[in-house]
Amino acid sequence: MKAQNYIRLEFPSQSSNESFARASAAAFAAQLDPTLEELGDIKTAVSEAVTNCTVHAYPDCLGKIGMKLRILEGGVLEIGVRDWGKGIEDVEKARQPLFTTGGEERSGMGFTIMESFMDSLRVRSKPGKGTVVTMTRRIRGKSALR
Amino acid sequence: MNLTSDFESGRLTLYFSGELDHHQARDLMRQINDVLDELLPRECVVDLSSLRFMDSSGIAVIVRLSQRMKELGGRLWLEKPLGQPKRVIETAGIDRLAPVAITR
Ligand SMILES: Nc1ncnc2c1ncn2[C@@H]1O[C@H](COP(=O)(O)OP(=O)(O)O)[C@@H](O)[C@H]1O
Ligand SMILES: [Mg+2]
Repeated sequence: MKAQNYIRLEFPSQSSNESFARASAAAFAAQLDPTLEELGDIKTAVSEAVTNCTVHAYPDCLGKIGMKLRILEGGVLEIGVRDWGKGIEDVEKARQPLFTTGGEERSGMGFTIMESFMDSLRVRSKPGKGTVVTMTRRIRGKSALR
Repeated sequence: MNLTSDFESGRLTLYFSGELDHHQARDLMRQINDVLDELLPRECVVDLSSLRFMDSSGIAVIVRLSQRMKELGGRLWLEKPLGQPKRVIETAGIDRLAPVAITR
């Protein structure tokens, strides 16, 4: 699908960048005139995806995180978050609610939240190579409320 | 993210405000553990009305807090979750993860 607009960001996996990533995504999405609830959903999904890179992809070092946002036809926002870290052995298992390799600081609900807040979620991963998470959400916008 | 607290007749109220993500969660949990160790409350209320944002890192904090309250033989409530944090709490189905009550 042809993108009508896009941004591409790259930043190191320090946890202070989580808030930067979701604020950037929200600022980019603003051109679709989203409702407060849609903005909250976008921020949440970005926060989950970026946190996974920080915590799981690069558990004991800083690595590179790439985030790409595109606006597709019909007011669809596509969010791509990529790392070049550890990768996931079994993606299907990782996506199950409550599955976590992160111990008691994690809840295992990240993918479940991304899935329910977005219209689609695709996860591609190779152990030792990295992970790409791609999500889409159609933004109905404030005009849908009127 | 900011934490303040109130303690009165065995009941601890924790007020969360700002944004709670993974970057904030570890420090928050440490502060909560310090308060619990010092006061040994029988009841704990988490007031979420001023929390603007929370992701699943916050869910882990609430689950951990509920385990600590259970160890103390006490109970945990979540009070007034609004907007985005409310949606995350509902989606995670927190009542399935931990024995917490939610009040409006
Ligand atoms: N970018 C990633 N790189 C490596 N492993 C990942 C990545 N994202 C997710 N995972 C794996 O999938 C599991 C589930 O992720 P998630 O649902 O977000 O829960 P949590 O982050 O609470 O563990 C993680 O515990 C981890 O094992
Ligand atoms: Mg996660």
